[in-house]
Amino acid sequence: MAEHVLNAEGLNCPLPILKAKKMLKSVPVGEVLSIRATDPGSVADFAAFCRQTGNELVSSGQDGDVYTFEIRRV
Amino acid sequence: MLDQANEDDLENAKSMSIIVTKGTLDWAYPPFILGTTAAAMDMKVTMFFTFYGLVLLKKKLDLKFTPLGNPAMEMPMMGTHVSMPNLLGVLPGVGGAAGKMMKNLIRKKGVASIEDLREAAVETDVRLIACQMTLDLFEYSEDDMIDGIELGGAATYLEVASKSDINLFI
Repeated sequence: MAEHVLNAEGLNCPLPILKAKKMLKSVPVGEVLSIRATDPGSVADFAAFCRQTGNELVSSGQDGDVYTFEIRRV
Repeated sequence: MLDQANEDDLENAKSMSIIVTKGTLDWAYPPFILGTTAAAMDMKVTMFFTFYGLVLLKKKLDLKFTPLGNPAMEMPMMGTHVSMPNLLGVLPGVGGAAGKMMKNLIRKKGVASIEDLREAAVETDVRLIACQMTLDLFEYSEDDMIDGIELGGAATYLEVASKSDINLFI
């Protein structure tokens, strides 16, 4: 299984969501996209994005100034 | 089978329409941010560009920004916030300088350019409708506008709006 990683550090709303959505399309169903972002708003936004699109938010965490997310494509 | 599933998805998809009436750099953001994000969230999105919003569909964007008439605008500067008295804003060059400052700020903060957001809207099949009456009024032709747009009027918009879950006027 290939790793799918999106570095959205330094990008502001709505770019992390737009780039994640674009990348998710190339992630096979069932596999996970890992995202790193520095926009504090992305915490609430990725949760809402997943609720709306039905993709699974596997994890949402923080590593220093960086917010990390794992989204499983459904 | 897959096509059928996709069609079912679309039938159940949420939808949003936005009337875009303003074409300055600052006011271009809300409609394009919401439009592109809604499309990313699998919504069907229609944006209807009318009056000053129409310039946002021009091939070459040259968006202006002015602090005039906007006493609520405060720019971050050297650890504090500075607002610009209207009296200063009318001086030659001040509007252009404020526009440059705003564009620099946008780049520095990792905010997308309007060009990028518009491209994302086109890529994600956001339906872009130019108001025919505004084209006539301000003497633009369809050739001045980017490819892939539609022309329409009030009835075209209202048909879309009557079927949309979210309708915004910006």
